Amino acid sequence: MASAAQVPQAALSRLVVLRLLVVQTAVLAPHLPRLPPWAAALVAMILVWRTAATLRSWPMLAGWMRVLLTLGAFVGIYASFGRVSGQTAGVALITVMAALKLTELKSRRDLMVMVFLLYFLLVTHFLFSQALWTAAYLLAAATLITALLIDANHPGAALPLRVVAAMAGGLVLRAVPLMALIFVLFPRIPGPIWGLPADAGAARSGLSDSMAPGAISELVGSDAVAFRVRFDAAVPPPAARYWRGPSFLRFDGRSWDSGSRAGAIDAPAAELRGTGYGYELTLEPTRTPWLFALDLPARQGLPDDALINADYQLVLARGEVRERRRYRLQSYPHYRLQPSLPGALRTLATALPGASNPRAQALARQWRAAAVSDAAIVDRALRMFREQPFHYTLSPPLLGRDPVDAFLFETRRGFCEHYASSFAVLMRAAGIPARVVTGYQGGERNAIGDYWIVRQSDAHAWTEVWLAGRGWARVDPTAAVAPERIERGIGSAIDSTELPDFLNPALRNGYRFDLRARWDWLNARWNQWVLGYGPELQDDFLRRFGIGEWREMILVMTALLTLMLSAFGLLLLRRSTPRQRDDAPTRAWRRLQRRLARAGLPQRAPEGAADYAARIAAARPDLASTITAAAQRYIAARYVDSDDSRDLRALKAAIARVRP
Amino acid sequence: MIRALRRHLQDWIATRTPRVPGPWLIDRRRVYIVPTRYGYGYGLLLLTMLLGAMNYSNSMAFALTFLLAGIGLLAMHYTHGNLVNLSVAAGAVTPVFAGDPAHFPLRIVNDSARPRYAIAMRWQHAPAHTLVDVAAGDAATIELLQPSQRRGWLPARRIAVSTEFPLGLFHAWTWVELDVAALVYPQPAAPGFAAPSGGRGDGQPGADRPGSEEFVGLRSYQAGDPLRAIDWKRMARLHPLQGPPQVKQFGEARAGSLWLDWHSLPTAWSTEQRLSQLARWIVDAEASGRSYGLRLPRLVREPGRGDGHRHACLAALALF
Repeated sequence: MASAAQVPQAALSRLVVLRLLVVQTAVLAPHLPRLPPWAAALVAMILVWRTAATLRSWPMLAGWMRVLLTLGAFVGIYASFGRVSGQTAGVALITVMAALKLTELKSRRDLMVMVFLLYFLLVTHFLFSQALWTAAYLLAAATLITALLIDANHPGAALPLRVVAAMAGGLVLRAVPLMALIFVLFPRIPGPIWGLPADAGAARSGLSDSMAPGAISELVGSDAVAFRVRFDAAVPPPAARYWRGPSFLRFDGRSWDSGSRAGAIDAPAAELRGTGYGYELTLEPTRTPWLFALDLPARQGLPDDALINADYQLVLARGEVRERRRYRLQSYPHYRLQPSLPGALRTLATALPGASNPRAQALARQWRAAAVSDAAIVDRALRMFREQPFHYTLSPPLLGRDPVDAFLFETRRGFCEHYASSFAVLMRAAGIPARVVTGYQGGERNAIGDYWIVRQSDAHAWTEVWLAGRGWARVDPTAAVAPERIERGIGSAIDSTELPDFLNPALRNGYRFDLRARWDWLNARWNQWVLGYGPELQDDFLRRFGIGEWREMILVMTALLTLMLSAFGLLLLRRSTPRQRDDAPTRAWRRLQRRLARAGLPQRAPEGAADYAARIAAARPDLASTITAAAQRYIAARYVDSDDSRDLRALKAAIARVRP
Repeated sequence: MIRALRRHLQDWIATRTPRVPGPWLIDRRRVYIVPTRYGYGYGLLLLTMLLGAMNYSNSMAFALTFLLAGIGLLAMHYTHGNLVNLSVAAGAVTPVFAGDPAHFPLRIVNDSARPRYAIAMRWQHAPAHTLVDVAAGDAATIELLQPSQRRGWLPARRIAVSTEFPLGLFHAWTWVELDVAALVYPQPAAPGFAAPSGGRGDGQPGADRPGSEEFVGLRSYQAGDPLRAIDWKRMARLHPLQGPPQVKQFGEARAGSLWLDWHSLPTAWSTEQRLSQLARWIVDAEASGRSYGLRLPRLVREPGRGDGHRHACLAALALF
């Protein structure tokens, strides 16, 4: 038989090298956009070169060229990233090295090393994304790499692709239940163990710690989820759904930032009134210390590692949000925040760079002169926004040196940051303490899972003014210009030609929207149950089965693993055992043999059925007729080509009649 | 320490490996399995990935690590199953002259529904192995070479049947002891020492023994002649009408057949030297087409020719 050909242990076959190139391309490709352009080009070039070299039998690169390339790659990575460790630089380095390995790969050993490297590269993808689709990618890539590993272990001619793929697919498929078992039961510890590099995690877009004109409108194009919220019972009305983020107190004439707040770290006093809303918020990583909360969160029941800062913003006590995290809060839409304003804060909150935006300052002073109270000035400003032709737009014209003046008196077209910024400037010029608050406003309900999604496109900026007797009061000038922004979200407030598709109200109906809701629901479940499966969730989940501490987890895991593997081993062993070759007549005849053997008349090894029957007929005349008939039936059923089922029935009947 | 352990393990395995003549079914209880170098490397890789996953609290990294762990554990069963229930049988071994390698043909039968890949066979302690694939319900034959040094029976050494397929992470192996041996003829001496020239028989045993059967000529067949006395080769060449079958006649040794005689060699020679010289003479005599007989102490092969005769004579030397 051809399959029995002896295989020599030569170098890798060309076919295996080509398969390696395909798999390697599949594993490296997602990293290419993350590499500096020169490195991506180098990797692509090596892949192409090796393919051509394999097809045309070109020689491998000389040793000195490889050394040169390797050193060059090191220097290049260092030049591009300023280091060779850390997440992005480290991954870039491994990716380039995996490609460079191709310039020398020729033996089975090289291929084994490469396969291990590919497994490792596969895991690095998940540092950048762990979205639901990566699960499919994981299984597909693991199958491909495992197929390659099988190829590496079949020296000589490559096995047919069908065989290798089926075997690798079978292995991966059978390993999935094992994976699930270990995933659930392997004791999780709170990370990190040795600390994360500064650039760990995926790149994030989101609110920043300063606000210049255009900062928020940039975010509107992103449908990335900022956080998801599930309310315990009642849902606050849209006008109360302000999710508080960083506040900005210092204005430099153009942009806002938090400024220095020496000494002011304690949370100001706040009186919360009315009934609160309880909710659970699942925040996507922000790489900032900010935890968003509905205005205003109660101080009781905050997460252990969180605190409320001097701006009444909820933040982490230390560190940044690098992983998705869930927390519960209670918020009260009716409150009185910091009823008595410290003098130092009043100074900060009314400071303006003297020479900037002179027309706005003049206007505010004019209002002050005419007004009876601070509240009247606030109303006057809002009336201006409402009554004059201000326009809410995503693409405002560029503003000059005094952006507030230019916006208020010339262009009058702007996004929420323009309104918040100019309003705060007007208030300060009129002597009213004011600050800009950024965060998110609104949210979209997902009917599938009954929760609310707040996206980056819901990013918003508003102002707070300090009024005697009321403390910091929220004033949203955007609401004066475009009330529908607050009531129904940005999609309703902006001209649809400016909107990205996902916000366009015309496209928000029908199955696509429904599909999107389902997809988000699935993602939320994925985030919550799979990606969020850490020490706490594991503890909660396993306690339901009475598994409390890590020793028990290991014990149960080992026991179940052993059980699954044994079951699998038995199945496999059954496939390896020689096939049952006896046909039905033989099995029937065997039964007769056993019956006669018990009667002391075993069939001897060299004896055929006819001889056996003759011998028994001679030894036991009482059986002569039945055994002879049975033997004839057996011979007919077994050796004569005829109607099988009828012969078999006749044989069985004949055998039944033999009663020793 | 590892070496001592390994030796200990091998000794233990040896006690579990009886020597059988027939086909040897690789029983699962006699298949041993340990991780390979790559297997340990794989373990180290998984450990690194696990630590990374813990550090980054990255669920997908955990998932991949555990998937690979599952694949690794399954690979152990796959590798084990790739070897179990194959059967190995030895074929007939062609005799060789001492110093030449003996070729042991080994037949690997796969009676199961599962194809087996990359089954490696080698002698115990031999560095190189031969690899073979055996399709489901199929068989394959490979030859293992064993150098021969001394004449006589060369028993097959213990055979290591092993596999690392499919992932190369585990090495499953078993020992097979097949009761088969190669006959090793004495190494023929260097040519040069002249063979005795004619058939004479002064005082030599067998020379004047009655009924000694040296081929003397042909005569026509007569009823009652033994069939094996017919010269079939000649008959095949001739047309039936050219005459009746000829029968080989045997009688007294006559001039032209050689007697290769132990006693004619210098008495100073050692046994091995003599056997070696006799082997040379047999090879030369067979090559020249002459009929030859062999005389050893306590054993005489009457003159004859052909492969069977040559083998009988050389075997007599080999087992002397």
